[in-house]
Parts: sequence; C-alpha cells; structure tokens
Amino acid sequence: MTSPSKHQSQPFRLTSGGLIDRAAAIPFMFDGREYYGYPGDTLASALLANGVHLVGRSFKYHRPRGILYAGPEEPNALVELRTGARREPNTRATVAELYSGLVANSQNRWPSLAFDLMAINGLAAPIFPAGFYYKTFMWPAAFWEKVYEPLIRRAAGLGRAAREPDPDKYERSHLFCDVLVVGSGPAGLTAALAAARSGARVVLCEQDFRLGGHLLANREEIDGKAALDWVCEVEQELTAEKKVRVLRRTTVFGIYDHGICGAVERVSDHLAEPPPFTVRQRYWKIAARRIIVATGAIERPIVFPKNDRPGIMMASAVRTYIERFAVLPGRHAVVFMTDDSGWQTVEALQRAGASIAAVVDPRTEASAFARHGTDAPLFVGATITGTRGRLRLSSVTVKDRQGREHEIVADLLAMAGGWDPVLHLTSHLGHKPKWDERILAFVPGDLPAHIDVTGAAAGRFGLDTALKDGARAGSEAARSLGLQTTYKSPPTSAAPPSSSQAPSWSVAKRSAKSFVDFQNDVTAADIALAAREGYRSVEHAKRYTTLGMATDQGKSSGVNGLAILADVTGRTIAETGTTTFRPPYTPVAIGAIAGRDVGKAFRPTRLTPTHEWASEQNAVFVEVGQWLRAQWYPKLGETDWRESVNREVRTVRSAVGVCDVSTLGKIEVIGPDAERLLDFVYANTISTLKVGRMRYGLMLREDGHVLDDGTVSRIGEHRFFLTTGTGHADQVLRHLEFCHQVLKPSLDVSIVPVTERWAQLAVAGPRSRELVAKIVDGFDLSTSNFPHLSVAEITICGGIPARLYRVSFSGELGYEIGVPADYGDALIRCLAREGEPLGLAPYGTEALAVLRIEKGFPAAGELNGQTTTRDLGLERLLSTKKDYVGRALQQLPAFNEPDRPVLVSFAPVNRSDVLRAGSHFLDLGAAPRIENDLGYMTSAVYSPTFGHYIGLGLLKRGKERIGERVRAYDPVRNGDVVVEIGPPCRYDPEGELARA
Amino acid sequence: MRYSLGALIRNAFSGHTRWQPAWRDPEPKPQYDTIIIGGGGHGLATAYYLAKEHGITDVAVLEKSYIGSGNVGRNTTIIRSNYLLPPNTAFYEWSLKLWEGLEQDLNFNAMVSQRGVLNLYHSDAQRDAFARRGNAMRLNGVDAELLDREQVRELVPLLDFDNARFPIKGGLLQRRGGTVRHDAVAWGFARGADQRGVDIIQNCEVTGIRIENGKVVGVETTRGYIRAKRVGIAVAGNSSRVAAMAGLRLPIESHVLQAFVSEGIKPHIDMVVTFGAGHFYISQSDKGGLVFGGDIDGYNSYAQRGNLPIVEDVMSCAVALFPSISRVRYLRQWGGIMDMTMDGSPIIDRTPIEGLFLNAGWCYGGFKATPASGWCFAHTIATGTPHRLNSGFRLDRFATGHVIDEGGKGAVPNLH
Amino acid sequence: MRLPCPHCGERGNEEFVYLGSADPVRPADPNAPLQAWIDYVFLRDNPAGSNRELWHHTYGCRSWIVVTRDTRTHEILGAAPARSLPSSASSTASK
Repeated sequence: MTSPSKHQSQPFRLTSGGLIDRAAAIPFMFDGREYYGYPGDTLASALLANGVHLVGRSFKYHRPRGILYAGPEEPNALVELRTGARREPNTRATVAELYSGLVANSQNRWPSLAFDLMAINGLAAPIFPAGFYYKTFMWPAAFWEKVYEPLIRRAAGLGRAAREPDPDKYERSHLFCDVLVVGSGPAGLTAALAAARSGARVVLCEQDFRLGGHLLANREEIDGKAALDWVCEVEQELTAEKKVRVLRRTTVFGIYDHGICGAVERVSDHLAEPPPFTVRQRYWKIAARRIIVATGAIERPIVFPKNDRPGIMMASAVRTYIERFAVLPGRHAVVFMTDDSGWQTVEALQRAGASIAAVVDPRTEASAFARHGTDAPLFVGATITGTRGRLRLSSVTVKDRQGREHEIVADLLAMAGGWDPVLHLTSHLGHKPKWDERILAFVPGDLPAHIDVTGAAAGRFGLDTALKDGARAGSEAARSLGLQTTYKSPPTSAAPPSSSQAPSWSVAKRSAKSFVDFQNDVTAADIALAAREGYRSVEHAKRYTTLGMATDQGKSSGVNGLAILADVTGRTIAETGTTTFRPPYTPVAIGAIAGRDVGKAFRPTRLTPTHEWASEQNAVFVEVGQWLRAQWYPKLGETDWRESVNREVRTVRSAVGVCDVSTLGKIEVIGPDAERLLDFVYANTISTLKVGRMRYGLMLREDGHVLDDGTVSRIGEHRFFLTTGTGHADQVLRHLEFCHQVLKPSLDVSIVPVTERWAQLAVAGPRSRELVAKIVDGFDLSTSNFPHLSVAEITICGGIPARLYRVSFSGELGYEIGVPADYGDALIRCLAREGEPLGLAPYGTEALAVLRIEKGFPAAGELNGQTTTRDLGLERLLSTKKDYVGRALQQLPAFNEPDRPVLVSFAPVNRSDVLRAGSHFLDLGAAPRIENDLGYMTSAVYSPTFGHYIGLGLLKRGKERIGERVRAYDPVRNGDVVVEIGPPCRYDPEGELARA
Repeated sequence: MRYSLGALIRNAFSGHTRWQPAWRDPEPKPQYDTIIIGGGGHGLATAYYLAKEHGITDVAVLEKSYIGSGNVGRNTTIIRSNYLLPPNTAFYEWSLKLWEGLEQDLNFNAMVSQRGVLNLYHSDAQRDAFARRGNAMRLNGVDAELLDREQVRELVPLLDFDNARFPIKGGLLQRRGGTVRHDAVAWGFARGADQRGVDIIQNCEVTGIRIENGKVVGVETTRGYIRAKRVGIAVAGNSSRVAAMAGLRLPIESHVLQAFVSEGIKPHIDMVVTFGAGHFYISQSDKGGLVFGGDIDGYNSYAQRGNLPIVEDVMSCAVALFPSISRVRYLRQWGGIMDMTMDGSPIIDRTPIEGLFLNAGWCYGGFKATPASGWCFAHTIATGTPHRLNSGFRLDRFATGHVIDEGGKGAVPNLH
Repeated sequence: MRLPCPHCGERGNEEFVYLGSADPVRPADPNAPLQAWIDYVFLRDNPAGSNRELWHHTYGCRSWIVVTRDTRTHEILGAAPARSLPSSASSTASK
C-alpha cells in the first residue's frame, strides 16, 4: 500500500528516529484533504509532519490556532473526529491515535478554517471584554430569546455532536487491587515495580498508548542505558507478573471515597471502528487499597502579547514531536524560556536540524547558559513583546535587556514557562493544593493515608528524583499493607538535576491580546478587568472571565491566571488561592459511564411467568415499573383496544377470566412472633386472623399517610403470606425489615421475599368455581368449606403444590392460584384449555383496572403517598387497641380537617362524555381558579358494565355530596365535563357476588 | 455605572479601565438594623428586596466565603413553576414572574432564557399525574400544555423514540420555564443591593447568634460581634448548623446533589427536558455545554462532591434519553449541599426566637426560587409575618400535618 | 464509597439504601406526648461530623446496619447490625 511518494509527502518528518512504524504509511483526511502519517502517530503529530499547524479556531474571537501541546492538556487543537453517527466533537488531535482512514474536520469556523467569517468577533473585541454579556442585550426584554440568544448560541459551542444514536458499545467493569499506580513515567514505573515485587495486586494505568510518560519525549539514560530500553524491561516484567495488570490507553479520571477510582480504557478508539464483539471504551471502577499518583507535570505557557498563533508551541511538546514522532515542528525556531528545561528543546531542535533563531530568557542570572553550547543569538534579560503571521507564525519581536526591539523571522516559537504538578486527582476528595514557594507551583495538600503522590506530580522534579521517589512510594504502599518488597535499589540517572522553577511569567499583565486561557480567549486584560470590577475572589474571576472553564479545565491556564490575579489585586498566589479541581481529569464520553444500561437495556425487564403464553395470544404489553404485563388480549376482528377490554370485562362479569397477578409483591413472614410484627406493621389487626383465612391489610407510614395495601393470609400458626402493590414491593419489604430489625429486634421472625417464587393467577367471574374445580385435586370449593377470604395449601393438576386463595379484586366470585413460578406457564395453559368450554378469556391490566374501579377499590392512583386512611374511606380499619406504625400522627390537626378531599366515584351526566384521570373538580359555575379547586380525579375508565365512563376521585366533602354535580375540569386536554358524584363502590356494593 | 451597550462602547475607548466594582467591599459596621446570614442567591435577593420593597437599607449580608459560593453557582440553572400543590404553584409562579423582569430591574443580564421545560411521560398513569399537575397549574394561571408523542418529537427530535426501554408517550410543557446564567443572579442581586446601600461583607463567617430574653440581639463573626435588631438565616447547605447556634433543631437533612456539564457543542437540545422513567434533567447552556443532573447521592453529606453510583445512573439516563450524546464528553462534575426537608418543600418563616427568621430547606428547588424567596423573606422580615405567598412554608407545618409533599414520599428526606 | 457490612464485608454503597439518622428513637409508649412523635418523625440533628445512620444492605444480606460516618469527610468510624444494638427504649433518648 505504501509508495515512496507517500512517505515523501510528509515534508516535516525526520528521516530517522521516533517511535513510529515507518513500514507502512497510512492515509488520513483533515478538512477534506488527504495526508499520510505512520502508525504510532497522533493526529497532531501526523498533521505537523505534513506541515499543518493551523487546526482550529478559538471559542470567542475565532482566532487561528495551532497545536500547543502533545498531550491531553491541549486547549487549541480540537477537531471533529470521524463522521456520521460516530462523529466526536472536540477531540484533541494530540491524543487521537492515527489509524488508516481517519477523518477529522476542524470545527467552530465558517466557511473554512483558513477564512473564518466569525473572526469578525476579534475586531469587535475592544467592546466585548470579559463579562460584556452581563452588561448588554437587555433591551428590549423580549429580544433575548428571539434575537440575541439564538445568535449567541449559534456562535458558541465548539464541535457538532452526532445526530444519530451512537452505534458503539461500552461496558462497566470492576477491579480490586492493593495498589493502583496512576501514570507510567519514571516514578510510576518504579512505584509499580516496588509494589509488584512485594506480591501486591497492582494495577498500573497509563493514559497514553505507550508507557514511559516524559521519557518518551526526552533522550535520557537510566542505569547507563537508553531510558526507553529501561521502560521496555520494566514493561516486560510487569506484564509477566500475574498479579499485575497494566492498562494502557486508560485514564484514571477521578478519585472517589474509600479508594474508589474511576477510569476509562479506550479499547477501540485507535481503530476505525470497534472490532466485532468489542467495546469502544470500557469504564473501570477500581477499588484500590492504596493509590499512588504518578501523573507528572504539565508545562506552563508564557503570557505575552499575541502568544497564540499557530507555530507557537510548548517547548516540551516540541521535544515530544521531535523525539517521539520524528517530526520537526518548525525550521526556524525561537525558544522563550523561564525554565532551564527549555535548553533540552534547543538541543533537540538542533539535533533535528532546525536553526535556532534566538533563545530568549527574561532571567538575568544566566548561569544555565554556560552548560549549553549553541550558536544561537541569546537574549538574556529579554522578553517577547509580539508576534506576527496570520495563519502561521512568521516572526517574533524580542525586546532585549536594553529595551531595543528585534524582529526575528521564525516559524516556531517554543515556550518553556516552568512546570505545574498534575495534582488534580489528589484534590478530588477535597484536599486543597498548597502553594509551594520553593518550587513556585502548587503541590498536593495533606492527603489521607491511602493516597500517595510521587515524582513530578508531587513537585519532586528531575529524573533521578522521580525514579527513587517512585520506588519509595511503591515500597511504602506495600509495607502499609503488611507486605515487604524485594525491590532494593531503584535505578539511577545521571541526567542533570532539574533547575529551580521560575515564577509564572507574564510579559504584559494587562494586554488585551496576551492569552492566558487559549481556548476561551481569556486575556491578561480580562483578568485585570474582573479584579477591577470586584471579582477578586479566584472563583469570581474564573466565573466572570471563564478562565479555566474550557475543555482543558485550566490545565494550561490555571497558574498563569492566578499569578496575574494575584498581581493585580496585590496579593500573593498563596493568598489568592486556587479554584477546585474536580473529576473528570480529562473529559469522559457520557456513553462510557452509561455502559450497557442504555436503550432497551436501560433497566432490567421483568417478565411474568405467563409472558410467553401471553405473547402467543398476541397480548399487548405495558411497562409497570420494570415489569412487562399484558395490557389486553386483542382478538381477531377487534379493531380497537377498547373493544378488547370491554369484552374482557364482560367475560369476567358474565363467565370467567384469568389474569396474571404475579407482579404483586409477595412476602412470607414466619416465626412465633410473626403476628406481633404484623400487628405492628399493619394499621388493622392481624393477630386475630385464623389459620386458613386472609384479610385486607393496610400499612401506613410513620408520618400517618397510607403506604400500601394488600392481603395477609395465615398459612399456618406461625406463617403468614403478604401481598403488596406491584409498585411498592421493594419499599414494603424494606419497611418490614426495618420494623423488625430496627424497631422490634427482639421479635422472633423471619421475613422472606417470595415475589419471584410464585406464579399467581387470578381466576374471576361467576364461573370461576367451575374452572378451579376442574384443576384442584379433590378440594371442596364450596363456600361452606372455603368461604370468601380463605386460603389453603393444596395440590392441583394431579400433585402440583399450590396455594389457593379465595379473594376478589373484581367484585366477582374469585380465586387466586399460586404455584411455584416454574409451573406458571403450565398452569395458564391448563386453565386456558379447561376454561375454554366455560367461556374463559384472559384479561389484562386494563380490564383489571375497569373491574376494580367499578368496585371502588383504591390502587396506585389513590395510594399516591399523599392520602390518608380517612381520605380513602378506610378509617374504620384503624385499630384503637394496639400500637402500629403511623398511629400517633393520626392525631395531627390536618388529618382530621373536614375539608379534606375524600374518595368518591363519578359518572358523566351526559353519558357519552369522556372522563379522564387528572381532571380537577370545580363547583358548577365556579371560576377555574385554584381557590375553587375541590380535588381531582384519581382514576377513570370506560365501564362496559354501566355503559359509560366512571371515575374515582378525591373531592372535598365528597361523602356529603353524593348525588350532587360538579365539573371535571381538564384544561390541558380541553376537557370540561359535568359529573355526578356517587359512592366509591358502584358495582355490587354489598359484596354478595364475591361471597357467593 | 449603568450597564448598556453604549457604556461598553464608551469604555472601550479607555481600555475598560474605568469600570467600577460591581459592589463595594466595606468593613462591617458595629450594628445594623437587619443582618442576613448567607451571601448566596437567596440572601442577596433578600437584601435587595428589603431595600427595594421595604426601604430597609441598614442591612448587612454576611458571607463566610465569596458571594455566590454555595448552591447559586452549583445548580443546573433551571427555572420553572410547574408545581402541583397550591403553596408551591403560587410561590414558584411569582418567582417566575420576578425572573421575567429581573434583568431590567437589576440592570444586569442574567440571561433569563424562557426556552421551555418539558417533563416527559412514559405511561398512561404518568400522563394522568402530569395532567393533574398541569391542570393545577392552569387553575393557578400558570401556562401548561400536555403534549402527545408527536408534539414532543417536533420539539425535541433527538430523543430516543425508537429503541427506548420506556417509550416516550408525551410530555408536560411549560413554555415560560427555562434557564438562567446562575452566577449572574448572585452578582446582579449583589450589585443591586449594594447600590441601594446594603453592605455585602465577604469572608465573614457567623460563629454564633446572640439571644437575650428570647430575642436576637446580634451575631458573633470571624470579624467581630455585630449587633442587629433582626437576623435572617439564608444559608442553604448549612441551615441546621446555623440554626443550631440559636438552639433550633430543624426538619432537615443535608445531602449532596451532583451536577455535570459537557464540553461545548453546537446547539443540540433546545429546551430543558426531564426524564419520566429515571431521575434526570438536561439543558444546553448558551456557551454550548450540556448541563445535566439526576438524583442526590442519598446519604447525609457536607462534602461538596459525590460518588460514582449516581454518576453511572445519570449517564445511563442521558444516553437512554438522547442516544446521540453518548460520544459527547462530560467535562466536569461537582456537588452542592441540599438541605432536604421532611416533605420536600421549603421553609420561609419567623422562628420562636423574636427577630430571628429562617429561610431554609430548598431541597433541589432553590435556584428557581431565588427571586421569590428573597422577596417573601424580605416581606417576612420587614413585617414580622409571612406573606400570603409563603404562608404555606411554615416551620410548624410538620407539627400540624400540613406537609407539602409533591411526590408523596413521606418523611424521608432523600426520597424527595 | 465502600461500606463495611458487618455480615458481608466491605461493599460498594450502590448495594445499600440509606434511610437517615439512627439517633431518633421511636417512643416506646404509643400514648407519648404528640410532640415526642413529631420530634421522632421530623426533627434531625443533621450533624457536620460524626453521624450514626441507618443503611439497608438491599442488594446483599438485607440487614439494616448502623454506620457511624463523618459527614464532612465520609470517613467510616464504625458499623454494626441494627438489631444487635440496644433496644430503642434503652438507647440514648431525646437530646
């Protein structure tokens, strides 16, 4: 696939060196043009190899921007990576691994990157300083949403998100380890080695696709050999060790409480698309007993006028592009340093064949110069006061010690402004970084015992220091876990010790074009303005100017911004303080954390035991919490759901129906004190229940409102079976366990959740006894033997264990049959077969609701957590003879106000009118105002039994108003119906049918 | 200096060197008529309305850190009045009315954006519950529309209409709801109060409340003792601690609520959308970031940070609702401390101690309440009696049973 | 967070459901003064610091446990099964 011309098409690729695979050049597209790079490149290095420096536009002024860094801290070089449903906005070109066929586009520009009309914002910059939008766009008031805001929103934002569902998969995984090491630079590697050689379970996470950290960017020696060879050896040892796990392409993005760390592994991002059965990214939740943060340091830019042109780059990034990627970022370089590490860049550039146009150092003590031989013009005690070049740097203006200005032609300006420890993770638990005057940078604050920081991340700079400090951290972590490391002597490096850090350097503290936060276009002048206007707190200044709020979250701008704020407010940096670092360390794809819990798998789907059979009957299903329940069973020829539901209701009322009620919460309470616990938990008395009998049970919350209702069956002297509402099953179980374990721990009771253990089918209708009789094994179903509200443990269908309940939620003669869940399918098939001659129909939740509303039984709509027993007309159930949960607060005045809405039923006066739950009641003729509100409709259905709609609802003084008329007012659905008030129960109010 | 485009242009000529501080930085005086403890949105709004509506300008706002350092700068910026129960609906509607004229009143652009708040429903029962709420809003004169699925699709086309675990069936829309630039609210009220003579004193922590003969007489602070005839407490996230200085125990637990913002993207979601099958809400800021959040972490916390289980839940909800944002990256997560009451509704009231007033218990709802909370609290302090609008938000409602429990969750604060 | 369940060992907090302070004690006498009930149901110390609180190991052993935790730092200071603690009547009552 490769051809010499394609290799040659990378004009800035060095002829040798670099950690790239030169065997095969791979094509990629940027802004519609094809380029070539090599495996091992990032998009940024490949672009630079092709001489492409202009890759983006800034947020506010749309200034042309290039590549500033070589890592995830990049504020400028953001692109839309991939296309279509896989388009990812704001991808940092500096971390996007190159793959064959990669497609990237610049963003936030129109019509093109080189000619962006929005750059007109830059011309208006003088009237749009920091926070200008707080001062204008207020008149006329209606213009904000209509005119100003749409313009602002269109101009704002960076890249475009995909507009289709993400086709890729993600997953969550868990890891447990003794020692987690974050970062694989020299300190991280020796820390991991020391911990590994103690036998500890170690996880080493590296955000890059290669281990080595800064060693990848520098030519250094460790133990007398090339540093990268040492890295390979360590990598081999760690990889071979079974108790060690090395995760590359894995960013630890946050440290949470008790040693939990969040990490994202970019499993397939270096490929065009994930291979089959492979996730795009994996979110790791790592529970670590010890955490060693070895995250290194980030180089600090220098603030000077027009410091933002493409071609202006961090000195360490220049080294990385040369050494790691064999790319020359410029041929005529100026190096501006306030920190001696800049000399390594001078050397790297010279080795790579670039000419050094100037070295500029504002410091007057030139001690470091002696060590470095260069022909380059040296400007000591000098600064840079400006730059030129529209889309790429063309020259640099140097102001020498004497105040003379020199314009120096250059296509590359490297900035070495000192180093800031990457201490972000250490402050996620709220431990504030401290300003260290010794190294003029923030260092981690006092940390809890399980977190250690090592190497440059701790402000301990220099290779030799890092190697030793990492080994120390690894050994100490092992020792604190009771392990002893065999790692005795860390390797050494003869690299010169790091020079002292220079203070954050700002040439022009009030200049309007001296950029501090590159992405958000926050300048030194903006910070000064914020301070002038009283936004002197570091948090105010940040929020007012948006300093540090861009996608890099201030990694490059934080300390410079603080230094300027400190200076203009006459405080030290320590006094000024710092803003808070929060997770994630680098931005994390929302989908990665969502994992597989998306789409249809967003929540578990619970199927009833008869689901398969119901599917065969073409049932329509409905979500009830996590359950899928049959809503109705359409029959051939039925054109409308109402037709099916009406038929199901009529069948129950005239023959027999069957309904799966397995979703009801089911709990067994067992033990000698079971009745005492139940007397305490239910508001009515349970202990008087005889074995073989069941009754309605009503539970309250301790605040006096109704929690749930259900049935209580006494299976044995010391064994009760409870049902709860479908939606309350979890809550009621937990409540029972609370009442037992916390409030009544001395009671001898076991509480067993059995919801999934039983398939429970309701058989209801005048012919239900006939049907049940066909399947019971010789059990006498007569009312004299088995009256309403009885329970029996029996066998059915020739020996299948079952529980039979005589209970009715429809008002008809009814039973519920419980069988072990695995028999549920067989039972429904048996009932269907045996019931056919009796006219059996299965019925779904819709018919179930119609039947219970005709009976006036409260359900979810009425038991909504806001109602009391009195509201529901159930106050007669409240026991006066015992303590129970919720008893005491029944005394509160509000519970006993006569004006409280109470449960009654409704029917439309015009029988063809539709009733809807959620309608509010008003007196006839009353204005629709809240002071006239009388209550609301809780449930409403069409009743085939009565031939019109009926509803239940809570109405003020409803009991006293039966027979009167009110309005059911439903403006959100244009409903306004005159209804007649009736008693809650409209069907067989004496309950004779169920008892028959 | 009055803010306007003209002022910006004029100041451009002097390089913006002539702008004055938005508020003074005064030393505390030995005595004030009224002290407001807490320089958050509610405290600053209270001071502003004390001055503007009641002519009480001998007021100090004492802030232990920088103004706006609490929840006014940590929320998801949503404003709305789509409440069900009468005390809430009328109060939040008054708040929304105040938001609607706030910027002109304050001469500070807080970017009040009435882009609409849409609550999605996923079942018939939820639709009916939303209808009940929408009808209650309409009875209160509040705008509310119940939309079907197709109407929702038109407004928010990128929702998952095809593959959702809980299909979207429609939504309750309040068009007048929307978002506000949160920090600007604190700054705007501070500037307005300062211009009317209120002293805003930052870095001044109240360490004690001095009470003599059942009457408040002043507060101890890290900057000395300050006398006052009236003291108002508006310290969300610290209400129990500050009230304890006056010997009060509150029906409140403090919990952490996390919020999230994504990297800036071009316009993607036009209005505020809330999920009906998970606890989740999302909008897009003018800067382009998706701003979203979900449930509280669920345990008492005074640490302004949360843990991963809620993060996982929130992200799942985000993708379940908008499958196209799966590849968008979230940039920052943070936490605020919510004073959760036992019924999920706030308290604006006098206390059993004469001259001591309490504004607390805003749960998640504090930001949208800011103007009305300040307005009602100012009224309560100035007149000694709650206004009709906050007459439901009494401290003793738990003892009388007149709880305002929108969700019907009962006396378990983390369920509200 | 990781919580030390006395039965199951250290587990992620996603396995637990939180209720609230373990300090309020339910009046033993159902006819106790109404105010005692109101205090029990509604009033909380809500301390910034050590807090005794009830967690339910819902996705584990289903025990209610009392965890002592610092609400500022989340440091865990102790954990015990709720049922092993002194019964409500004898534990530290009203404050």
